[in-house]
Parts: sequence; structure tokens; C-alpha cells
Amino acid sequence: MSGIWVLAEHREGSLREITFEMLAKGRELALQQGVPLVCLLLGNQISEMAKDLQSQADQVWTLEGACLEHFHSETYQAVLAELWSQGPPLAALIGHTAQGMELTPALSVALNIPLITDCLDVSISQESLRCVRQIYNGKIQSVTVTTSGPPFLVTCRPGSWAWPSPPAPPGQLKVLGLSLPEEPDYKHFIQYLYQENEAVDITQADILVSIGRGIEAVENISLAQELADLLGGVVSCSRPVADWKWLPKGRQVGCSGKTVRPKIYLALGISGAFQHQIGMKGSETIIAVNKDPKAPIFQVADYGIIGDLFQVVPALIEKIKENPLK
Amino acid sequence: MKILVCLKRVPETTEVDLQITSDGKDIKRDQLVYSLNEWDSYALEEAVRIKEAREAQVTVLTVGEPDAQDVLRRGLAMGADEAIHIQDPQLLGSDPWVLAKVIQRAVGDQRFDLILTGARSGDEGWGQVGVNLAELLGMPHATLVTRVEWDQDRIKVFRELEGGLEEVLAMTLPALLTIQTGINEPRYVSITRIRKVRNMEIQLKGLADLGLSAGEVGASGSRIQVESLSLPPLGKQARILTGKGEELASQLIEIIKSKGGIGI
Repeated sequence: MSGIWVLAEHREGSLREITFEMLAKGRELALQQGVPLVCLLLGNQISEMAKDLQSQADQVWTLEGACLEHFHSETYQAVLAELWSQGPPLAALIGHTAQGMELTPALSVALNIPLITDCLDVSISQESLRCVRQIYNGKIQSVTVTTSGPPFLVTCRPGSWAWPSPPAPPGQLKVLGLSLPEEPDYKHFIQYLYQENEAVDITQADILVSIGRGIEAVENISLAQELADLLGGVVSCSRPVADWKWLPKGRQVGCSGKTVRPKIYLALGISGAFQHQIGMKGSETIIAVNKDPKAPIFQVADYGIIGDLFQVVPALIEKIKENPLK
Repeated sequence: MKILVCLKRVPETTEVDLQITSDGKDIKRDQLVYSLNEWDSYALEEAVRIKEAREAQVTVLTVGEPDAQDVLRRGLAMGADEAIHIQDPQLLGSDPWVLAKVIQRAVGDQRFDLILTGARSGDEGWGQVGVNLAELLGMPHATLVTRVEWDQDRIKVFRELEGGLEEVLAMTLPALLTIQTGINEPRYVSITRIRKVRNMEIQLKGLADLGLSAGEVGASGSRIQVESLSLPPLGKQARILTGKGEELASQLIEIIKSKGGIGI
């Protein structure tokens, strides 16, 4: 087994944070197992990215071609499968991201290799991969282990590990002598689609009054709006509210929406799934109101009220009206 | 056109205080309320909409205990034509790869033009079975799908990436798509509609029907297994404010003010 592999994730010419997070964890695993840390970089015009990665891995293996300009699960799978056949790693780390979720389960079947997905922590002991995961909406933690292998495949939850690793001698660059795959006709990349600009930019607000599933009905959004108006803030939301089209997608905070860092983030009826936390945990002060004392939001909030937002919010509105804030 | 939708029955976990069983390997399930996995409800709605717009035969399938037939009834009530229930005590403890193999066997030589699954499940959330199944069937796939546009037998598939970005793919059928929430608005299904389909046949399949042996499924056939469950470690933990309505409101206003929120 020839090392710990980390698959670099990039989009439109920039490496994504998950790459560095996985390299930090990969470094730890490689040291412990006494094997090299290898970063795989597939893309087009990648020399700058390769340089950045050399500071974080023992070896950077690159494959360059126009067909690898953007991620495509089948071109990536073809390259990885060929590379694997020349000598597999002990474990390969791939992001639990839109890319990794598209690629890795197919790769695991094609290679006949065990895969553990969406891991917050990864260790290897006695020929077995041990992964920490969070399940049931973040309410339960599990340790999942492989019962066959190595080699192993693992997808890693974004935001799980601090980076960068302490400086190390620059890694060795190696250009892979593999044939370039072609994008198949039956699945063809057309374009990226950017979100239309919203009139209201939630990333610029100092105060966000953010609503989740607990808002219960579209009519109740006016309550959050009234509070936001009184506070000089803006209404944002978690995924379900945007899914139900109660607010435009541009108001959604989280992994697939926007990342916000307001002075105050008031989370009303938001359970706080990790995808949501990714988008708001950098807020200066987080205040959460939720009926469920076990809601994960209370683990990232600074202040919490365990209660019904339909009691808390009207009381707050009334109080502010009694004593206008300015 | 033939469409297959894979459904899973999962416990509802919001506003529920989950407990772990004494062997540490499962959650206590006796008090839990079950329903159709949220992602699957969008997949099901999408299939029914395709059927309404362009003539299709929709089959719903689940793997699970006898009670899991609830989700199939729901599928039939929404407009599915056929239901397959794979049920066998030996399947307990199967990992996602084994489940995908089981479904592959149930699909057999039926040629589906389109297979829809949820992008993930709200319980264990592996996000694996759909794509594993696509690979086992040799079918192209796309995950996290938020929109499908039709042009005869070609489809334009919109995938959700991060940060509000989407990716557009051109695909041909057959294909397997894993559906993200928000792709549509799943319709309301009344109890009356579900009662109306109570006599529709559900095809039951066990291991023998699928040509699989006990050793190939369950924990013994799996390559990964859950070793233990625990409650997640506590994070920084919010300071919990208590008090009556007005008092709470005053505390909140003070906090908002002191944190630079208002009027300063």
C-alpha cells in the first residue's frame, strides 16, 4: 500500500478548503502509519495549485488536460481506477461534497473497496478504518468501522479539521503518465449556473433574523420581518424555508447557500444541521430559540432560549416598541 | 417510459430526545414515529409529475421491515402503478453496498429508463445507495439534483453545488438521479387516498427470490458496520436564558445591545 491519498478539490481555478482540511488529517494518518501523504490533483492549468499543495503533502501527483478542466465523476473515476490498479493506497480521502458524493460511491463499487461516507474523524488501526460520523440530524454520534480491506475509501465532512498543517519540506511533484479520459456523451457538462442577484444581500447585514422549519407557515414570516425591521436587520433562513419557496434561495444560510458573519445571528426555529452551521458559525454572537432542547443549534449558539418562538418573538417585539431602541 | 423510485421509511427525529439501546449499537425505537424519508418524498413527487406530463409507469420499491409498506402505500396513493417490498430478517445490519446489491437483484432484467432515489436519508445519511446502485446497473447517474428539464429522451440535469452554485449536465436515458430537497413541492396525500389503495398488490420479495444467500447480506455480507453509538460531545453550549416572556425579552434586548446590535 503506497500511502494516504487525498483527492484535491478545486473549482474554477481555486482549491477548495476541504482539500487543505483533508491534507491536515491525511498528514496525521500518514505519520502514524509511516507512509507518504500523496495529494492527487487532476485539472487543467494547475501549476499554481500544485505549488500550493506541495507545502502540504509529501508528494503531489498531477494529471493535466482540457478534459479535466472541471470535475466530472466519470473522467475522475477513470483516472483514479487506473491509478489504483498500478498500486492502491492504504486509504484515499475525498470530500463529502457535491463532487465527492457524485464520485466516491461509484468508485467504491467499481474498485470493490469499502467506503465510509461523511466522516468527522478518521483513524486507522489494526488494518481497519474507524470513522466518527454524526447521524439522525446530528443527534447521535456513531463509530463506523470497515470489516474488509485495506485499502479504504472515505469521504470527509467539510469543516471537520483545522488547517494548514505545520510547515514541512516541500513535497515532490510527479506528473502522472496516464491516458486522458474523455467525457462520455451520455453525461456531459454544460455549464455552471450562478444564483441570480438578490435585492437583499444577507452577507452584508449586521443583524440576521433567521428562520427555519419552526416558523411553520408562510404567513408567519411577517413576524420575523417585523422583528428584523425593528432591529434594523434582515430576514434569512435555513434550507427548508427556501425549499418550500417561502423565501428566495438567496436568503438561505448554509453549505449550499450563503456563508454569513453578522454581529448578531438570531436563529428562530432552526435545528442547526451541520450544513446550516457551516454557513453561520462564524457569526459574532449567535442567539437561538428552539423548542427542542437537544437541537444541535444550542451547541454553536452563545445564548439559547428553549421555548416557542411564537411566544418569544411577540414579547420581544412588544418590548422594543415600548422602549424604542433609539 | 418506466420509472423506479426507491423509498425508505425513517424515524422522525426533530423535537425527539433520542436514546441509545443498552448494547450501544442502535437507537431506542419503540416510541418513535416513522415516515417517508424527506428526500425520497421529493423523488416520488418528481416521478409522479413525469408520469403526469409524459406517460410513464412508476414502480416504487423499499427494503425494510413489514411496517415499511407504509411508504409504498403512500407511493401508490400518489400515483405509482406498482410496488415492490423487499423484506427478509437476514437483511438486518446490511451496509449501503449490500442494500444496493439487493435492489439491483430486485430490478433484475426490468429495464427502467429512469431511477430516482433521495440524495440521502435523514437517519444514517450515508448518501451511498443510489450511486452504488447506478454503478452496479451500469447506469449513468447524477446526484443532488434540483431540476430536470426534458427534451424528448434527453434530459438537462441541474445539480446543487456549494455556495449557491449549480452545475448543468446533459444526459441521456437510462439514468439514475438522486434528488435533493426543494426540487418540487410534494403534494399532500390524504388518508382517504391511502385507504383507497389498500387493496393494491405489493410484491413481496425475500432473499430466495433475489438469488442471494444469507452470507451475502446483513452484517456478514457487509464491508462496513456500526460499532457503537453515543451522544455527540457537547459543543461550546449556549448559555440558556430563562424567565417569563417579558423578562426574557428584556434579557434578549440587553444582549443584542451589548453585542453591538442596536442603538449604539
